[in-house]
Amino acid sequence: MKVKVLSRNPDDYVRETKYDIQRVPRNYDPALHPFEVSREYTRALNATKLERVFAKPFLASLDGHRDGVNCMAKHTTSLSTLLSGSCDGEVKVWNLTKRECVRTLQAHEGFVRGMVVRYCGASFFTVGDDKTIKQWKMEAPGYGEEEEPLNTILGKTVFTGLDHHQKEGVFATCGQQVDIWDEQRSSPIRSFTWGVDSFSAVRFNPVETELLASCASDRSIVLYDMRESAPLKKVIMTMRSNTLCWNPMEAYYFTCSNEDYNLYTYDMRYLKRPFTVHMDHVSAVLDLDYSPTGKEFVSASFDKTIRIFPKDGGHSREVYHTKRMQHVICIKWSSDSKYILSGSDEMNIRLWKANASEKLGVLAPREKQARNYNQKLKEKFQHHPQIRRIAHHRHLPKNIYHQRKELKIMKEARRRKERNVRKHSKPGSVPVMSEKEKHVVTVVK
Amino acid sequence: MASPGEAAVQGSHVEKKKKPPARYWQESQQEVNDGNKVDKGKDKAEEAVQQKTQKAKKRKQEEHQRDGKKLISGKSDPFPGSAPVPKERMQKFKRKGQIKKSRGQNYMLKDIISRTEEVSEMSQKQAARVDLLLPEDAGFLEGGEEEDTCTISQQDIADAVDITSASKYFNLNLSQFGPYRLDYNRTGRHLVLGGRRGHVACIDWQTKQLMCEINVMESVNDVKWLHSETMYAVAQKKWLYIYDSNGIELHCIRKFNDVLRMQFLPYHFLLATASATGFLQYLDVSVGKEVAAICTKTGRLDVMCQNPHNAIIHLGHHNGTVTLWSPNQKEALVKMLCHQGGVRSVAVDKTGTYMVTSGMDKKLKVYDIRAFKPLKSYFLPSGASCLSLSQRGLLSAATGDIVQVYRDVWSAPVTKPYMAHRVRGSVWGLDFCPFEDVLGVGHGGGFTSMLVPGAGEPNFDGLDANPYRSAKQRQEWEVKALLEKIQPELISLDPTQLGQVDRATFEQRHQDRVQALGFDPFAKGKFIPKYKKKGRSSAGSVEKRKKQVAHEDQRDVIRKTVEAKMKMEKEKKEKKKTTAALSNQKSALDRFKK
Repeated sequence: MKVKVLSRNPDDYVRETKYDIQRVPRNYDPALHPFEVSREYTRALNATKLERVFAKPFLASLDGHRDGVNCMAKHTTSLSTLLSGSCDGEVKVWNLTKRECVRTLQAHEGFVRGMVVRYCGASFFTVGDDKTIKQWKMEAPGYGEEEEPLNTILGKTVFTGLDHHQKEGVFATCGQQVDIWDEQRSSPIRSFTWGVDSFSAVRFNPVETELLASCASDRSIVLYDMRESAPLKKVIMTMRSNTLCWNPMEAYYFTCSNEDYNLYTYDMRYLKRPFTVHMDHVSAVLDLDYSPTGKEFVSASFDKTIRIFPKDGGHSREVYHTKRMQHVICIKWSSDSKYILSGSDEMNIRLWKANASEKLGVLAPREKQARNYNQKLKEKFQHHPQIRRIAHHRHLPKNIYHQRKELKIMKEARRRKERNVRKHSKPGSVPVMSEKEKHVVTVVK
Repeated sequence: MASPGEAAVQGSHVEKKKKPPARYWQESQQEVNDGNKVDKGKDKAEEAVQQKTQKAKKRKQEEHQRDGKKLISGKSDPFPGSAPVPKERMQKFKRKGQIKKSRGQNYMLKDIISRTEEVSEMSQKQAARVDLLLPEDAGFLEGGEEEDTCTISQQDIADAVDITSASKYFNLNLSQFGPYRLDYNRTGRHLVLGGRRGHVACIDWQTKQLMCEINVMESVNDVKWLHSETMYAVAQKKWLYIYDSNGIELHCIRKFNDVLRMQFLPYHFLLATASATGFLQYLDVSVGKEVAAICTKTGRLDVMCQNPHNAIIHLGHHNGTVTLWSPNQKEALVKMLCHQGGVRSVAVDKTGTYMVTSGMDKKLKVYDIRAFKPLKSYFLPSGASCLSLSQRGLLSAATGDIVQVYRDVWSAPVTKPYMAHRVRGSVWGLDFCPFEDVLGVGHGGGFTSMLVPGAGEPNFDGLDANPYRSAKQRQEWEVKALLEKIQPELISLDPTQLGQVDRATFEQRHQDRVQALGFDPFAKGKFIPKYKKKGRSSAGSVEKRKKQVAHEDQRDVIRKTVEAKMKMEKEKKEKKKTTAALSNQKSALDRFKK
């Protein structure tokens, strides 16, 4: 007779002293772990609920401006520095880690319209309502020295926007026309116009560095090549675009914030129809900025909210609002992709987390592992109705909630009318227009 | 001519293509071979040049890198690459069904699916690899020559094994309050005994420590541990009671009356009870609420078991049927006629594949519970009153006062029991202890703990059911388990259903489309025949015209389908042709082929 009976030595399964950690032998046999899917689903549900519980995005408010914040600029080399310009011509430099103002200077008379930090981070440019372009040193002046610009250029007309080249001493302004300036000269090296219009924003392409795009007040977006004398092409939309921003990773895409409450992402090579229409705001969109990963962007709107959109999603994944925040005029996504900065009408700059439920600070390895696991679970079960309902629920201020409902009703009514027209006309005579096609009037080359 | 060293390397490179990877016992031999090959080096090198395609070059590069390592240590790796995983072991970790990739799917979705599949494949492989490191092996019992294993007595086994295992064979002489029902908890450390005449006792049976002993002064129908060893439920004469491990009465649940049998669903925290009045009730023990009460309308329910794979409750009835129940439905999910005469006992195996039933017709039947098909039928003289299945698939059946254990009842026809043992008094309760080679038998004379080698799962998972856990670990586990409590709504016949894609039917999609467009693109207006004069619109001719149009329409449909079919066939042929052409296309390098 040969016999063997299971007999385990407890020494192999129990810790030796109470100072050791407990031994946990594992067996991954699926037969020992029944209800795999249901348990994972339950975990995903819990993770989703906890994410909502811990969603506390607001970090700090930087106050000190004496008028509405009109523009902001990220420092190109320092993560903790932020520049902001207000409607009374004052420029402030902030230290974000200490959350305090480190320098104040009266840059212009009237609004500071645009601001940009030079690629090296040693100086910055501002344009204002007083028709000047000023270059300032990043360092504060020493004791007893007067705050003076390095350089001042007097223009003929008011400038409304400004952007700097990625790696050369060239910058672009917009106003009555789009001008390209050499830093060494006091007159533009090139000026672009296309029809009679004024421009509200100009941006250099971050990858194809000679390319520019600008928003004009005749409802068009114009593309330029700096090396050519004439603009490349333009797309005319049904409503005016306020600002635009290039996707930093896939720089053939750019997104523009429009007056018709939507944002449009275009492929530069194919302007006939936008790549995506981003809807959710209930008032004009004033500004946007891409995250440095190029996967998401944040938009600021006249409806007193900030929304975060995935680059290819039609609806926002997140909305931020507070009772005290008024019309948000400018917005920036920090270069470490973790924070969002918003400047609004009521003189404050607000610091938000880009991921509302993220834990700040250093994570222990087990915390990190748990977070990653929960992330994956949420992703896996995101389409299950209950999980989706919890993950998508956001509290909205009453007026925005009602406005949204109203807009929905209006849209439905329009749709219904169109459907009825189609129903009672000859088949094919009223074509179905997709949402993407509706907002583009023409493309001119 | 190439230098000898190089030639040797190249020679081995060519060799490797034909032979399986070199083993350490071949090494000395190979070295001798290499010496012989030096002079042949040149021809071999030429051969290698001829076969040089892009791929071969790449492979060679990798080979060289590996050779570089070899040069440093002076020895080559006898087992290059990652270790292969046996197929059977991989099969153990395979999950049900891969996602079918249809042609019309979005490329991004396809990409995501293929990537997740890759990851899951990788993790399965890793798990299969780790399987090798499991510390324990399952027990076994083999008879000598001409010796049946069923003739080996318990005492012989106890004498043959080590002291700790021998101490697991014991008898408790409790003739006063029997017969006994019993239940092991999920870790297999604790045992609760319930005597028919009111005796209830909890024992840490391995250390033989008595945790509590009470007499409820009422008849006891069944006892069951709840999720941990701190609480157990006792079905008494009238109500259901919950006691803690010190024997203190925690709850008397008056909603649950005349309970005869109980089952605890550990992942759902549900206590399912079957009563003499024909009610199947579910109690959520984490919140203390009754989840469902189902009137089965089948009379007294004294045969019950659970399917541990999908948490479905199986009930056996007097008319020979077995019914399957979930708390979400008032009707039985399935009704199976299993026996002529009443069902005496039911058991379902751990993987939820097989169900074993025994009935008054003295038969023991095995069913495939996934397909609801009978697999095997055995005749047992005097029939089995109690059945129990172990973690590794041993079946114990009690006939009168004899307990028999069978092996492989579903795969091969069984003629002899694996083991047999006679106890003092007729058997009333049978249960295998999880993670141990032990079968607990409750009978009229008390309780017997039998050794059944090969019954228990040798390797437990420390995070799921750990027999060696401390009180602190148990508390932690309890919190985790409560967080992961599966809602009773998720109980269904197929537990993986939640992870599958819910596809919209054609009808539904069509409806959505109609809703969006405002009209039905496939709708055809009804043909209304024109009124014609001169008696040509008589009822007969109108009907005739209608028929003609209908006939024409039908012909149209048929023509279209035939055309579509032809087109598809043609495309298929074309595709075949092109692939065939591609496969035997001549390349410039073909001239070097022999």
